Amino acid sequence: MSHIVINGDKCKACYLCIEECPKKLIKISKNTNSLGNHIVEFDDPKKECLGCAMCATRCPDLAITEVYKG
Amino acid sequence: MATQVFSLPKTLKGDVKYSFCPGCDHGVAVRLVAEVLDELGIIDNTILSAAIGCSVTTYDFINVDALEAPHGRAVAEAVGIKRARPDKIVFTYQGDGDFASIGLAEGIHAALRGEKITAICINNTTYGMTGGQLGPTTLVGQVTTTSPTGRNLEYYGYPIKLAEHIALCDGTAFSARVSLDSVPNIKKAKQAIKKAFEVQMKGLGFGFVEILSTCPTNWKMSPDKAHARVRDEMMPVFKPGIYKDVTAE
Repeated sequence: MSHIVINGDKCKACYLCIEECPKKLIKISKNTNSLGNHIVEFDDPKKECLGCAMCATRCPDLAITEVYKG
Repeated sequence: MATQVFSLPKTLKGDVKYSFCPGCDHGVAVRLVAEVLDELGIIDNTILSAAIGCSVTTYDFINVDALEAPHGRAVAEAVGIKRARPDKIVFTYQGDGDFASIGLAEGIHAALRGEKITAICINNTTYGMTGGQLGPTTLVGQVTTTSPTGRNLEYYGYPIKLAEHIALCDGTAFSARVSLDSVPNIKKAKQAIKKAFEVQMKGLGFGFVEILSTCPTNWKMSPDKAHARVRDEMMPVFKPGIYKDVTAE
């Protein structure tokens, strides 16, 4: 099952990954991290993630640390 | 069974947290350099000549030996390291305030001499660390803290196009300009950085990559608008492309 792993503590809330995801599976979370940022979270109830890694390629702060495909 | 298609490069120090502003493409550029060093398998044999500016903190993130150079002198220092230790891979990671302004002479002359080093220059059209002043790459009409009515052509002239200038030098083996505005362009940027290291490893000459990047803080834009600006305003002036590649000739 394709999915991504987000390290919320590194997220600086630029939200570039939200625009990048072709399936729009990343959204702004209600939770904040130690920096006080509303981090992003991965929400994929219908298992639509393609494992394309575009979000991780775009993320400037290495907050998306792992992407799995298949 | 899911296979891992993305992981952080081993060249980056473990659990690294960047000190860059939100939406700044320095983070992507540093990661691309680390990925290239991983793929070429030269981590243990590489020395970084660090510059001044936002790029100064690179040695906090990349797991290679590094020397800090005075402002603008990163290329000069890299040349010294390479001449003393020709077996090592030497590269600089600089901003446009460092390479295009105070360090332009070092860069151009290292290219003319065909020094076998790699220089990576981040172009964000402003002096990022010091507060967004007008720099040599500032676009005509661009508002900065020292040009509040926009860059005046009569007074300040035109921005410098680094990749083209470096490509004109006979000692240059590879010169390219890439952009980090979109995922396809990020992948092209990685290929260009890899090529710039490969020409050094083959001993062909000077390798140079100019990377168009964002500065959301000093441009006073949101990260997505800053990337749109790279696409709509910077790329028509600073056209991405490979301007010299001796391996292709």
